[in-house]
Amino acid sequence: MDIHEYQAKEILTNFGVDVPPGALAYSPEQAAYRARELGGDRWVVKAQIHAGGRGKAGGVKVCDSDSEIQSTCEELFGRKMVTHQTGPEGKGVYRVYVEGAVPIEREIYLGFVLDRTSQRVMIVASAEGGMEIEEISAEKPDSIVRATVEPAVGLRDFQCRQIAFKLGIPPAQTQNMVRTLQGCYRAFREHDATMVEINPLVVTSDNRILALDAKMTFDDNALFRHPQISELRDKSQEDPRESRAADRGLSYVGLDGNIGCIVNGAGLAMATMDTIKLAGGEPANFLDIGGGATPERVAKAFRLVLSDSNVQAVLVNIFAGINRCDWVAEGVVQALKEVQVDVPVVVRLAGTNVEEGQKILANSGLPVIRASTLMEAAERSVGAWKNDITQTNRMRAVT
Amino acid sequence: MSIFIDRDTPVIVQGITGKMARFHTADMIAYGTNVVGGVVPGKGGETVEGVPVFDTVEEAVEATGAEASLVFVPPPFAADSIMEAADAGIRYCVCITDGIPAQDMIRVKRYMYRYPKEKRMVLTGPNCAGTISPGKALLGIMPGHIYLQGNVGIIGRSGTLGYEAAAQLQERGIGVSTSVGIGGDPINGSSFLDILRQFEEDDDTHVICMIGEIGGPQEAEAAAYIRDNVTKPVVAYVAGLTAPKGRTMGHAGAIISAFGESASEKVEILNAAGVTVAENPAVIGETIARVMGKAA
Repeated sequence: MDIHEYQAKEILTNFGVDVPPGALAYSPEQAAYRARELGGDRWVVKAQIHAGGRGKAGGVKVCDSDSEIQSTCEELFGRKMVTHQTGPEGKGVYRVYVEGAVPIEREIYLGFVLDRTSQRVMIVASAEGGMEIEEISAEKPDSIVRATVEPAVGLRDFQCRQIAFKLGIPPAQTQNMVRTLQGCYRAFREHDATMVEINPLVVTSDNRILALDAKMTFDDNALFRHPQISELRDKSQEDPRESRAADRGLSYVGLDGNIGCIVNGAGLAMATMDTIKLAGGEPANFLDIGGGATPERVAKAFRLVLSDSNVQAVLVNIFAGINRCDWVAEGVVQALKEVQVDVPVVVRLAGTNVEEGQKILANSGLPVIRASTLMEAAERSVGAWKNDITQTNRMRAVT
Repeated sequence: MSIFIDRDTPVIVQGITGKMARFHTADMIAYGTNVVGGVVPGKGGETVEGVPVFDTVEEAVEATGAEASLVFVPPPFAADSIMEAADAGIRYCVCITDGIPAQDMIRVKRYMYRYPKEKRMVLTGPNCAGTISPGKALLGIMPGHIYLQGNVGIIGRSGTLGYEAAAQLQERGIGVSTSVGIGGDPINGSSFLDILRQFEEDDDTHVICMIGEIGGPQEAEAAAYIRDNVTKPVVAYVAGLTAPKGRTMGHAGAIISAFGESASEKVEILNAAGVTVAENPAVIGETIARVMGKAA
């Protein structure tokens, strides 16, 4: 789960990381008022969206007066901001953060990630701040400093000092840097984050170390023990279909094709998508209905997949281990009776209790196209979709 | 010989009183697995599917001589249960639980390393379908009837995609020595490399089948190991050619976040290491059959 910059800064502040004075606003008037409250004569106005690359997209502006803040905000609010991380549809700007500008001496990149090679938390830092980490690793790979955290003892001060010296932080600021690194690590560990990124972390000309930007991502599997983090979820930043799926405990990713997929198991779901493509179709979504696939869950999956108006055929592919084909078949039958399904449905069942499942489908009297192998299922769904289109076109031609 | 489990390996089930655990315990016993007990704190003294329940793994090991354990414990408590198994002297542990926080798994791995290598428990999973040595024992949730006994060793991140491969093999009369699910989480107990090492030494395994997916470095690590150390033919499939970048595809670990983590890059890396890559999931069985024909 992602959160906004201002929320990440609030969390990090609680762990001793310094940030510039700032305040949140929900309207241009409020933003101008916040700036007056903060004082000073130069502010930075930042669109709050769940994506990086805001600067280049015009989402971060330096302003020298109330009126400039107001006019900048009038352009930002309600706009769909497109950055290299948002996808073509962009993300809506509904909140703006106003921050006092600071005199920057130098910029540093600082990231904490779950490193899958060492299977530990890794710190990635570079003296080349302000650039994206992908650019740094492509253009200045030698500038990157790394350290991994031994989970039994946590991040050690000597590691923080090593990083500070390698980055060329002035000796007078070493302790400050150690506190910042330790604060980020503790925030990462105690809130079950999967990423903390500060880009840039700046050394100011008056010798302070401040997090100018902050990004935090949390482990969805650990949200059960962090209700205060779950509350920060902002649905306006999510694909509505995916939010709806998440609320129902389903794992869904919307794509651009027209063959809806309902599959159990993430690997098989990806393989099903790949096979549809191979059979000449395009998948409309990734959907893993998970282990305990009850009839209610399958019915929910159907409603979700059919809520995408691009879907012209549905492929249900269940290989049952932890769930059973008879449950899935009941779910399919129940869903087809409850939900109005006006596209062809191809069902492929295999594994535990497969005979019972097939029997339930056959006896239901519903127009389900059955398939026994993955390739057959993909071909039949692509065929059904094409056939359907031809039929629809023919009907259109007649009328 | 098979890897990890055999007909006689005494097995306990942690979290045995749950609905799913009961269902699969009955299934494992029916398959012939030597299930000797279960563990649920506070439910010691009860009986499930004819086997005794203990309060702690330590007690279960003492009373039954259990060597392997299957963990069905819910995500908030699963990491603790795995550590309990490691401490009680369990030799091989499979964790089925999906949804364990990644930092809990970091601690589990660190905890396991406090034991010297000869006493260290091997963990596969979490978020996996388990391990099966067809005709011998089933330690997991896979439908046993789709696996024939034979000489193909399967390693996979995805449970159901592993079933798909086994079913395609069965259709061609090809059997499996052992199938090991390593799970879909970003931090897992054993990697492809760990299991490849076991299959390379296993006399019953003649061909190895690796089923990978997008995300993480483990397929690339395996490729380097295969190139330098594996003498047996390896067939691979990588799921997710149509998966978009930066999105989590169901499995917590299935996300393309760095260079070399997409399906097409992994296919390229595996190909370069001399692995035969099945181009699509429908031809995994066919590709293995072809390689076996060549190898024979």
